Order: sequence, then C-alpha cells, then structure tokens
Amino acid sequence: MIRRFNMFNLTSLTFGLAFLYLPLLLVVIYSFNDSRLVTVWGGFSTKWYGIVLNNEAYLAAAWITLRIAFVSATLATVLGTLSAVVMVRMGRFPGRTLFSGMIYAPLVMPEVVTGLSLLLLFVAIGLDRGFWTITIAHATFAMCYASVVVSSRLASFDRSLEDAALDLGCTPFSAFRQVTLPVIAPAVISAWLLSFTLSLDDLVIATFTSGPGSTTLPMKLYSSVRLGVSPEINALSSMLIGIVTLGVIAASLINRRQERRQQQDTRAAAAAA
Amino acid sequence: MSTSGPRRLLILLPYLWLGLFFLVPFLIVIKIALSDSVTASPPYAPTFSLDEGLAGLRAAFAALDFENFVWLAEDGIYLKAYLNSVKVAAIATLLTLMIGYPVAYAMAKAPQDWRKTLLLLVILPFWTSFLIRIYAWIGILKNEGFLNLTLMKLGLIDQPLAIMHTEIAVYIGIVYSYLPFMILPLYASLERIDGRLLEAAEDLGCSAFAAFRQITLPLSLPGVVAGCFLVFIPAIGEFVIPDLLGGSGTLMIGKTLWLEFFSNRDWGVAAAVAIVLLTILIVPIVLFQRHQQKHQEELG
Repeated sequence: MIRRFNMFNLTSLTFGLAFLYLPLLLVVIYSFNDSRLVTVWGGFSTKWYGIVLNNEAYLAAAWITLRIAFVSATLATVLGTLSAVVMVRMGRFPGRTLFSGMIYAPLVMPEVVTGLSLLLLFVAIGLDRGFWTITIAHATFAMCYASVVVSSRLASFDRSLEDAALDLGCTPFSAFRQVTLPVIAPAVISAWLLSFTLSLDDLVIATFTSGPGSTTLPMKLYSSVRLGVSPEINALSSMLIGIVTLGVIAASLINRRQERRQQQDTRAAAAAA
Repeated sequence: MSTSGPRRLLILLPYLWLGLFFLVPFLIVIKIALSDSVTASPPYAPTFSLDEGLAGLRAAFAALDFENFVWLAEDGIYLKAYLNSVKVAAIATLLTLMIGYPVAYAMAKAPQDWRKTLLLLVILPFWTSFLIRIYAWIGILKNEGFLNLTLMKLGLIDQPLAIMHTEIAVYIGIVYSYLPFMILPLYASLERIDGRLLEAAEDLGCSAFAAFRQITLPLSLPGVVAGCFLVFIPAIGEFVIPDLLGGSGTLMIGKTLWLEFFSNRDWGVAAAVAIVLLTILIVPIVLFQRHQQKHQEELG
C-alpha cells in the first residue's frame, strides 16, 4: 500500500474511532454522575459503584457467570485443542466431513437456534437446567472457536520437530506434551481467553439453557436494561468495560513480548548455525 | 500418533461431544418442528410449562406432521419477519461497508508503527460485552438522550427525533456491533496491495481517484465480500439489537423465534421458525465458504 496518509484518511480514522468509543465513553463518564437523571450532569460521585457492589443480586449473578465462564472455557479449550489436532494431524478417517461440518456449523449458527436446540436436548434427556447446562452449552459453541484458533497455529507448525521427538523414542503423548504443546501454547491461551469472553458475554444461549437460580450477569443486565437507562447499570457496565480493557491490553502486551522473544530465538538460532 | 487405540480415543472425544451437543439437538429441533404444536409443550420447567404435561411431549414424538410449517406459511407475520430480517441485514451490511471501508483504508495507509495499535483499538470494543454496547446506544438515541439533547442545544431541531424503537436504531445497532467484522477483512486485503502498482499508475498519469477505482477497489474486493458476509450472516438471526433498540413494529426472525418460545410458549412453531431461519442462511453461508476457498487458493 502506498504510504501517503492524508487528511481524508486522518478524518475517517478519527470519525471511525470516535464512533466506536464515544458511546462507551458516555457510559463510563455518566457512571460517575451524582444525579439519578442519566443525561443531566449533577457533579462527580462514585456512589453508584458502591450501590452496585452492595447489590446481592448482581454479585450472585457475577459469581455464577465467572464460574460458568471459567469451567466452560477450560472445557472448550481442551475439546477445541483436541479437535484441532484431529483436524490438522489425523488425515483421513471415517466421518471426517461430518466432523469438520460440526466444527464449523456452530460458528455461523444463529444464537437463538443454538440455544433452542440445546434446551430441547436438555429437556429430552431430562437434565435439570442450571449451572451445568449453561456450562455445557457454552463449552460446545466456544470449542469451535477454540478449535479454529488452535488449528491455524498448528497448521503452521513444523511437523518435523514432532517426528524428531518420535524418532528419539518419545511416546506420541509425550511428544505432544513436550514439543507440540509449548509451541502452540500462545494459541491455546488465546483460545481460552476467547472462550472465556464468549461465555461472559453470552445472553441468548444462557437464557435458553438456564434454570431457576442460575441467572447470569448478562441475563440480569438484560432484564435491567429493558427497563431503561440507569446510573447503576452505567456503573456496572463501566466496571466490565474496565476489566475487559485491562485484560485485552495485558494480553496484547504478553503477545508482543512473546513475539519479540521468538524473533530473538530465531536470530540466535540463525547465528548459531 | 500412529497407534490406533489412543488415536481413536482422541478422535472420539470431541466427536462424541459435538454429536451429543450439536447434532442430536439439531435433530430434535427438526423432530419438534414436525410434531404437533399443541402437544409439544415441555414436560416440566415451571417457567414455561402451563397446562401440558409429560404425556404431551411423548405423544408429540409419535405424531410427526408439517402443521407448524403450514402455520408459518399461512400466517403472513412470519413471512414478513423473514423478508424484513433479510432487508434489515442487507441495508445494515451496506451501511457497515460504507463506514468501515474508509476506516480500513486509512488503517492500511497509516504508518507501520501505528497499525498494531490501530488494530487493537478496532478490536477492543468487540471484546466488551455486546449488551453494554447496545445499552450505550439506548442512552444516546432515546427521546431525552444525548443525541437529541445535543441537537436541541445546538438549535438544529426543536422536537426530539424519534429514532429509538425504529428501524433506524436497529441499523445503528448492527453497524456499531459488527463494524470490527467488516474492518478486519477489509484491512487485511487493503494492506496486502502492492504499493508499486499505485506508483506505476500515477507515473502513467492516473489521477489518485482513478488509481483508487481501478486498482485499490478491485484488489480489495475479496475483503469487501468477506466483510459483507461476516456482517450479513449473523445480522439476519440477530435478537438483542431488534429487541432492545427496535420497536414492536421491527419484525426480525430471531426476535420472532424468541417471542414464540418465551412469550407464546409454542415450542413447535419456534422450532419450525429455527429450521426456516437456517434454510435461509444456507445460501449465504455456502456462497461465503466458496468465496473463502477460492480466495485461499488464489493466495496460495
């Protein structure tokens, strides 16, 4: 691309980023508003944060959501990594087409359909709806995302390293653990983070698969949001925005450091050779 | 990984999981869509079951018919919801493209050391909760929201604009939520364009605009197509945006399914709606996959 960054480019970039960030910024700013009126500034205050942090219902919902996200992300990462290994390394096996279909279909499946179908399954097999049904549902759709993330890393991985480990007497399992896994580790971590976020964020599938006593934070938030804008929701939203921002920035810093280290390693290896 | 025992186990585990939690539920949806809608109520679950009992579901499995689909075809409201979903998704996709293209173009032309940060800035809102992003727009668009207050203060309008609970609000919501999906593939294809082509065009007397139209635009088409599919496909089945930003008049099929299930408690019709929704989606999904494959081959 020709590098002549002009006024037009600067303007579109500014407007684009303003469009992306202004709405969220307004939510954060007005979460510090003293007034209950959400569009009239009544002075600085952090009282809404205190109110949210003392709200048992929000806290309970947040706790359930975090637990579901943690368990489902872990399940999804294990299953997604296995699927990636199967897809990239196993070659042909009976039913491979069906398998790849089942990996990719959930990615384009509308959430309402995924939620409905899983609910119908849980009803059909008589599973009580609650923590575990939401966790299973989240693990199922997140494992497909995880599999795509890990697959792309696995596909670019030099297979001869694995073969060398096998030649030197490693069992396939320990070759995977000692050679493959460290190399694909960044992708596995990204897959976990992505699955975790997908689970935290999900409203539709959780609503279908939840039962009494398992209201997640997005479900709670949704029922409050339907009633309109309120300073409490602004405060709660700002906290969530803050957590995600810190997480993403931390992840990208780790990523950059890793990239730098990898470059150094490559250079060192080239120098040694 | 050549021994067949562990190998088989490795394949079996994700296979069985997806079979049980993706394929089987899907078959159940088909079965319930074909069952009698009155008796297809759930056997339990206090939130939804009203008067039907366990026997209802059992009976439903015995009697498969197309009653629900006939119902969908006869009641004009479903057809309208489908057509409207396609219309809203298509218009929203075009709007996203129009807003996303200049941004992606600027990102691709930005100095090298800005790009990583710009990418991060575009992706960051995508990681924040979907619900919060939609919520943020309620505060802006409602009658006494930020937009109307600002416009009135500037003296541009004296009556608040009724944007909230209209289709316009739904467009804004979709564009806002899916903008990163449009920008990323656009950026990827724009960034790959060889700058020497543009230099050559200019040396040969091409104006900047003509060079853009004849070189940049055609070469970025794969990104345009990918971005449009990535917005269009999820937008069709969208529920949260039409529910929170749209009004009662904004019919979209994802919302119809939700209402059919949670408000009307008609599982049979909800399942039939799901089947038709998937049938509609098959065409764009297959087209998208073909496009991606062709594009991959061209790159490889």
